[in-house]
Amino acid sequence: MMQIWIIGIGIAGPGLDGWAAARPILAGENEYRLTPLAPAVPHLLSAAERRRCSQSGRLAMAAAQDALLGGNIQGDAIATVFASSDGDGAITQEICESLAGAARDVSPTSFHNSVYNAPAGYWSIATRSQLSSTSVCAYDASFAAGLLEAATYATVEQAPVMLVASDLPFPPPLHDIRPVAESFAVAILMAPENRPGALMRCEIGLAPHQRVTAFPDAIPAGLRSNPAARSLPLLAVLARRCDDSVRLDYTDETDLVVHCRPQGT
Amino acid sequence: MMAPLAITAMATANPLGLGLAATWHALRAERQVLQPNDFEDAGINTWIGRVADLDHERITGELADFDCRNNRLALLGLRQDGFEQAVAAARARYGPDRIGVLIGTTTSGILETELAYRRRTPAGGFLPPAVRYRHTQNLFSVSDVVRRQLRLTGPVASISTACSSSAKVFASASRWLAAGLCDAVVVGGVDSLCFMTLYGFASLGLLSDRPCRPCDVNRDGLSIGEAAGFMLLERKGPDDGALRLLGYGESSDAHHMSTPHPEGRGAALAMARALDRAELKPIDIDYINLHGTGTPANDLAEDCAIRQIFGVNTPCSSTKERTGHTLGAAGITEAMVSLLCLRQDFIPGMVRIERPDPQLQSHMVLRSEFRPLRAVVSNSFGFGGSNCSLIFGKRP
Repeated sequence: MMQIWIIGIGIAGPGLDGWAAARPILAGENEYRLTPLAPAVPHLLSAAERRRCSQSGRLAMAAAQDALLGGNIQGDAIATVFASSDGDGAITQEICESLAGAARDVSPTSFHNSVYNAPAGYWSIATRSQLSSTSVCAYDASFAAGLLEAATYATVEQAPVMLVASDLPFPPPLHDIRPVAESFAVAILMAPENRPGALMRCEIGLAPHQRVTAFPDAIPAGLRSNPAARSLPLLAVLARRCDDSVRLDYTDETDLVVHCRPQGT
Repeated sequence: MMAPLAITAMATANPLGLGLAATWHALRAERQVLQPNDFEDAGINTWIGRVADLDHERITGELADFDCRNNRLALLGLRQDGFEQAVAAARARYGPDRIGVLIGTTTSGILETELAYRRRTPAGGFLPPAVRYRHTQNLFSVSDVVRRQLRLTGPVASISTACSSSAKVFASASRWLAAGLCDAVVVGGVDSLCFMTLYGFASLGLLSDRPCRPCDVNRDGLSIGEAAGFMLLERKGPDDGALRLLGYGESSDAHHMSTPHPEGRGAALAMARALDRAELKPIDIDYINLHGTGTPANDLAEDCAIRQIFGVNTPCSSTKERTGHTLGAAGITEAMVSLLCLRQDFIPGMVRIERPDPQLQSHMVLRSEFRPLRAVVSNSFGFGGSNCSLIFGKRP
């Protein structure tokens, strides 16, 4: 088991806009209401980069900015792991559409935004972080793979790291082959040691597949279809600040198990 | 610092050939394998590096859902060099759940979706057959097909950090081993020709209309190639061959999405961090396999970064003039070339250079030479400012 301390959480999703508002909802203290997610403004980026920044970059940065609020640590001191199942469907759609046309004129900005690590690139520009950044994909289990990657980074490199997991709906016709209904992003800032303000100590490891932890009851089906929202069973435990364990689907054979223990107040 | 890791098996399918022996002979013979672009109906005036025989591959049987150009290339690569047998032996030794899989790719099976866009109804929907999104376009499909083909059940992910993807797999695999998540990791990279990369790089004005010439004064862009490569990484053991991963260094440029930092700030950091982790000094490095894409900006920035860390005496060359730029497979392909160089005590020269760029001050090797090599650096840099440097060596 690897041991890490969670020092900041960020969230951007319908009805879950920012950790401060989402925490009591996920803890069952406030009622969940499905309200559309306001467009995210990546305020750490310069105006020029903000214009170029893709939807997927904006969504990921919304959660990442939110996680920095509580962490008492600057973005340039944090390595990152970005996790997404599907990348940026709007850009895939735009480029595939032009490639199927007569002119095949791909927009240069769209092409450089099409790389999977585009959100990571924008985040490093925004925070001026020159530390390591890795972008991982494991289809529906991308959040679990990202959490494993981030926890491994923190443990082995003995350095703070932020996991940012995000996915958004595909536009038609791609929506037909990958039906994701809602946008969702989560950021978990973690450190390899206890720090003032740490929220949770977590032990993270792999275990043979069993029945995984269910979504909180209030979460609607549309949101459950988002691969990054598979973090919500863990986020509910973090919100309740209680001693508990969570099992997340990873592979057909293996789950990711997280034992949580509250820290501080 | 890190404990050196053993590289106990390798496999490659790249434009130079299928397998390590064919790759070595083509490298040694300075064979020109780049060819005028004849990929499907992509009417771009550029040169490409194709993997021979890929057009005849099909995936049938229980993995048939994964059938697409990128996964065909992956399975073709796995069949080379006795790699599947070596993994089977490791599986028997450690158990399938103790071997991880980390594969780098940038475009996976997007070609299937690109072609499906040509088969749309007047209303804009896809015509049958439906796109098997999970098994083709999704970036995970290549890692998924590899783990299924090799019958492994350990931790698994695809890494996609543009052109550093399959260098980054070595860093993550090293961490997985250090954390005890597994006892061995199959690392690799697979990227195949598709319309998105050809037209995308063309839109940025980054494709040469001749075979690419990294470090030439008149270099004007890259030649896109395709490749699959795999290695088996393990902790050192009594009978694990001679090849070692000694270090890795990762960094972000934090500068621009598609242009490197002009002084190679992030590239220099990656190389310095790799040296630190390997506990080596610049003088210990006998050869640097450059990222060396052949774009004016990349080669200049990389040269600047190398001078900051190594000065101007360490021999450098780019082997992208031989293979083309295999994008998400470039890291593993050039790691494999670096290991072949170590094994053969050989530095491949940049034989396509007509006039070296006088602005580049590092020691650019123009003529191939045999000389003893102790440790080599392999550089990979990507869009989004993602940098990764690897250091390989031999058992002392």
